[in-house]
Amino acid sequence: MSQPTIVKVVGPLVVAKGMKHAKMYEVVKVSKEKLVGEVIELHGDEGSIQVYEETSGIGPGEPVELTGATLSVELGPGLLEQFYDGIQRPLKLIEEVANSQYITRGIDVPGLDRERKWDFNPVKEAGDEVSEGDILGTVQETTLIEHKVMVPPGVNGTVKEIQSGSFTIEDTIAVIDVEEPETKNQKPVNITMLQRWPIRNPRPTKSKLLPSEPLSTGMRVLDTLFPIARGGAGAIPGPFGAGKTVTQQSLAKFSDAQVIVYIGCGERGNEMTEVLKEFPELKDPNTGEPLMKRTVLIANTSNMPVAAREASVYTGITIAEYYRDMGYDVALMADSTSRWAEAMREMSGRLQEMPGEEGYPAYLGSRTAGFYERTGACQCLGTDGRKGSLTAIGAVSPPGGDFSEPVTQNTLRVTKVFWALDAKLTYKRHFPSINWLQSYSLYTNALDPYYAKEVADDFSKNRIRAAEILQQESKLEEIVRLVGTDALSPKEQLTLETAKMIREDFLFQNAFDPVDAYTSIKKQYRMMRAILTFMDCALQIIDQEDFDFSRVQKLDVKSDITKCSFLPEEGMEAEFDKIEDKIRTQMAGLKDSSAEVSKKEEVVAV
Amino acid sequence: MSTAYKTVTDIAGPLMMVEGIEGVTYDELCEIELTDGTKRLGKVLDARSDLAVVQLFEEAKGATTEGTKVRFLGRTFEIGVSEDILGRIFSGGGKPIDGGPEIVPEKKLDINGAPINPYSREYPDDFIQTGISTIDVLNTLVRGQKLPLFSGAGLPHNQIAAQLARQMRVLTPEEVEKGEMIDGNRQSTVDNRQETSDQGPGTSDEKFAVIFAAMGVTYEEAQFFQNELEKTGALSRAVLFINTADNPVVERIATPRLALTVAEYLAYEKDYHVTVLLTDLTNYCEALREVSAARKEVPGRRGYPGYLYTDLATMYERAGRVRGKAGSITQIPILSMPEDDITHPIPDLTGYITEGQIYIDRGLHQKGIYPPIIPMGSLSRLKAKAQGEGKTRGDHSGMDAQLTASYARGVEIRELAVILGESSLNDTDKAFLKFADRFENEFIRQGATENRSIYESLNIGWDLLSEIPREELKRVKDEYIEKYLPKK
Repeated sequence: MSQPTIVKVVGPLVVAKGMKHAKMYEVVKVSKEKLVGEVIELHGDEGSIQVYEETSGIGPGEPVELTGATLSVELGPGLLEQFYDGIQRPLKLIEEVANSQYITRGIDVPGLDRERKWDFNPVKEAGDEVSEGDILGTVQETTLIEHKVMVPPGVNGTVKEIQSGSFTIEDTIAVIDVEEPETKNQKPVNITMLQRWPIRNPRPTKSKLLPSEPLSTGMRVLDTLFPIARGGAGAIPGPFGAGKTVTQQSLAKFSDAQVIVYIGCGERGNEMTEVLKEFPELKDPNTGEPLMKRTVLIANTSNMPVAAREASVYTGITIAEYYRDMGYDVALMADSTSRWAEAMREMSGRLQEMPGEEGYPAYLGSRTAGFYERTGACQCLGTDGRKGSLTAIGAVSPPGGDFSEPVTQNTLRVTKVFWALDAKLTYKRHFPSINWLQSYSLYTNALDPYYAKEVADDFSKNRIRAAEILQQESKLEEIVRLVGTDALSPKEQLTLETAKMIREDFLFQNAFDPVDAYTSIKKQYRMMRAILTFMDCALQIIDQEDFDFSRVQKLDVKSDITKCSFLPEEGMEAEFDKIEDKIRTQMAGLKDSSAEVSKKEEVVAV
Repeated sequence: MSTAYKTVTDIAGPLMMVEGIEGVTYDELCEIELTDGTKRLGKVLDARSDLAVVQLFEEAKGATTEGTKVRFLGRTFEIGVSEDILGRIFSGGGKPIDGGPEIVPEKKLDINGAPINPYSREYPDDFIQTGISTIDVLNTLVRGQKLPLFSGAGLPHNQIAAQLARQMRVLTPEEVEKGEMIDGNRQSTVDNRQETSDQGPGTSDEKFAVIFAAMGVTYEEAQFFQNELEKTGALSRAVLFINTADNPVVERIATPRLALTVAEYLAYEKDYHVTVLLTDLTNYCEALREVSAARKEVPGRRGYPGYLYTDLATMYERAGRVRGKAGSITQIPILSMPEDDITHPIPDLTGYITEGQIYIDRGLHQKGIYPPIIPMGSLSRLKAKAQGEGKTRGDHSGMDAQLTASYARGVEIRELAVILGESSLNDTDKAFLKFADRFENEFIRQGATENRSIYESLNIGWDLLSEIPREELKRVKDEYIEKYLPKK
C-alpha cells in the first residue's frame, strides 16, 4: 500500500492521492507537521481532507498518514471543568506544550488526563448480568457531579471481575464476558473508565420521551412567558449587540441543569476568557458550589482554524449526550450556530459544491435538523430505568439582523422555542432584550400541568393575560401615536399602565445585580400576580364617571411593585402579601375619596 | 538561490499561474521579476503538484507570460522588527518610505500571526479615559478592546480617531480616589485638561505606542494623521503603514497584518501598550473581494467572499491582553458604511467580531454637533467590568443606563411631538424632551480638543438628570441619587 501524498493545498482544504484505503470521515495526519484532518470527500484515488489547523507552509508531495479512526472524543472522568478547543484538545495543555500564548501547529495532546487517579466505587459484583448502559460503578468527578461509569453501548454479558480503588482512566476496572453470537463462546471484554465515541454519531438511548418539565432559568421573561422544557431545543437569533452572548451566559449560569456544556463557536476570544474567569468564582444558585464544577467549555474562537469550528459543535453535543446517558439533565449552549453554518459554507465552497441559498450548501437544513434532533428527554440505556435530558440552545447571528436568512429559517423549523432579540430594546437599555411580541414557546401547553402542580393553579392563566396586555399595548400605542393619550378611555389607559409595569418592573431584569439576576419561578408568579392585582383593583374603580386616571398613576404602592425585583427570595411570600394588601387599601382609598368628591359635587348641584 | 521559473501561463487581475513547479507550499512568498528587471512580491493561494496560483501584492502591470521569472522564497510574508521601528513610516507593503535606512531586525515575524489561545488571554478591564463623554460614560473603552468607528462618507471619523489617539489614557489610582470623593453639588474640581497631551495614553511608568495603518485612503487623510501625531510629539513613538488610494490595491491585504504584527511584537515582547488605528476597512474588504472575484470563487453577500468573516476575525482578534504580559493591544478600526447602511456585510460582520462599535450619526452631524456619536447603536461590550468603584465611580453604570434610556425616550417623544404638537404632551413627556435637547447640546457636544475627565462627564450627566421627575429615575440606585443629584 502506497503512502498517500498531497497534490493540492488551498486554505483548510487539502487534496491527496493514494487514498483508496481511506474511509469517509477518517482522521488523517497531514504533512510532516502531522496536522489533524478529516476525510470529507473521495474520488477514486483522490481524497479531500479538511484540516483543523493552519496550512501555510504545507505543499504538494508531503505525506498523509491514515489513522483508521473516525473523529472521536474521549469520554470519562475529567471532562468537567475542562476548557477544550474544537477537537477536544485542552487549551491549557496546548499553552504548556507550545510554551507561548499562541496556538502553534501539530500539537498532539490527549483530551483526558492519563496520569490522574480516580476513586472507583463499584456498584456491580462479579457474576452480575449487565447490559449496555448499565452503571458499573461511580467516581466523584467534582463536588457536584458523580460520574457514572457505564457499560459501553453494544456490550452485554456477565461481569467476570470488577475492581475497587484508585485507577487511571486507562486501567481496566472491570472485565465482562460477552457471548459471541456465532460461536457462543465467552469472550472477555476489558472495560476502562476511558471510552471513545465518534462525534458525528448520536449516542443511543432506550427511548425518547416527551418533555414535561421546564428548565428553570431564573430569567423572568423566559420562565414566565416563553419557557423551554428539559430536553427541548431553543434558538436565540438577533443582530449583533442585541445580547445573544449575555443571554447565553446567563443561561449557563442560572439554568437548573446539572451539567452545562458551553460551546463558543467562532466567537470572540475575550468572551471565553470572561466565562473562564467568572465561572470558578460564581456560585450555582441551586447548590452553592462554583459553577465551573458542572461545566465543560469548548472554544473555537473566530481566529482559530475554520474547519475545527465545524467539529466543535459535534464535540460539544457528544460530551453532553454522555452525561445525559448517566441520567443527568444537561444543557448545551452553542454560540453561535451561524458560525458553524458558515464553516460548512466555506468548506463547501472550497470543494466547489453546487451552492444552495446564499452560498450555503444544500445540506444545511438536514445538518441543522440532525444536530437539534440529538436533544431530548429520554429513557437512558441500561436496566435501571433512569431518565436524562439534553436541552440545546443555539444562538443565531443573522446577517443584518434579517431573520429571513437560511440559517435562522432552518433553525426555526426544528426548534420549538424562539427568543427573538431586539436591538431596539438594547438602545433603550431594556434587558434581557427579548422581544415579547415576536418570541414564542411551543412548550407552554406541555408544561401547564407542571406549573399547576408545582407553582399555582392560575400561573398559566396569568401568563396568557400578561401576553394579551402586551399585545393590546402595541395596538394602543399606534393609536396614541396618531391622536395622543388623552383620547384613550380610562380602561385603555389602565391597560397601557399595566403593560408598562409588566415591561419595566417584571420583564426588565438586571443581570449584574446579585438579587435581580436570578428569580425563582415562585417569586416570578408572585411578582406577576401583584401587577395583575393592581390592574384588577383599578378596574373596579375606573368606570366611575369623570374618573381622573392620573390618581391611579400617582399611587405610591407602584414604587413597592418596582422594588419587588430586589426582594430577597427568603420570606418573599409575606412581603408580597403585604404589597397586595397595600394595593387593595390604596385602591379602596381612591374609591372612597372619589365617591366623596362626587357626593360633594351632587351637593353643589343641589 | 532557489530556482527561477519562467513558466507563467496566465495573468488575470492580481493573479498569476505558474506551471511545472516543484516543492511549492501554501501561503509561500514569491518574488516576481519582470522583463525590465523590476521585482514584485506575491504569495501562493493554491499549491498543486504542478501548478501554483500566485496573488501579487502589487499590480501586474508590465508582467508578461514570457520572460517573467518567479522565485519561490521558501517562507511566508515576514516583517523584520526591533524597537527601532518606532518613529518610522512604511509603505503598505512594509518598505520604509521616510528616507531612513532598512530596519535591522531583531527577529522576523510572519505577518499572519497565530491565533491567541483563549486560555492565555487576560480579560480586559482597565478603564481608558478618552476625554469624550459619550465614549467614557456610555460606551466605555477598555485597554485591550477592539472598538471600531462606524462612519460614513463626509463624517468626522478622522478627527474623532485623532482625538482618541491624542487623549487616551489610564487613570492613576490617586485620580480615581480623588474622583470618587466628588459629589454632584460641588462643581467638578478635577481637571486633567493640561496633563494629557504630553503624557499620552498611559501612566508615566508605562510604555505606549501608536500604530497607524492606512488602507486606500487619500493622501490628505494619511497626511492628516501624520500631522496630528507630529503636532503632539507622538510621532517618535508611532509606526505608520501608509497605502494611499493610488497605491496598489492588493497591497492593502498585507497592510493591516504588518501593523498588527508590529503591534504584537511591541505589546507582548516589549511591554508596550499599543493603540492600533486601522483606516479604512471598507477599502481592505474591497481589495479582498477583487482577489476573490479574480479567482472565480462562489461569492457570498454582495460579492464579498464567504470567508470574509474569518478573514476579518484573524485581524480583529489580534487585539487584547495576555496573561503574564504587561503590554496590550487596543484596536480602533475605522470603516465607512456604504450608504450609511449598518446591515452592509462589512459593518455587519465587523460588529459580530468586535467588542462593540462607536456609531457616528449623520443626523447629529447635520445638527452641527461634534462628536456626532449617537448612544443608540453604539455599544461597548467590555464596559461592565471597567465601570464602577475602583475603576471610575460607583454611579457610573447606573448613569450609563439611565442617560441612554432617557435619551431614547426623549427622542421618541420628539417624534411624537412632531405629529401631535408639543402642547399635547404631558409634563413628564415635556421633561424628557427638554432632557434630550440638553443632552445633545451639553453632553454629546464638546470641542475637538476638549478633554473631559470622567468625573466631569458624570457630573454633567447628573445635572441633566435633574430635568427628569425623580420617580422616573429607575436605573440609578437611590444612594447615588442622594449623593450626586443636584438639589434644587
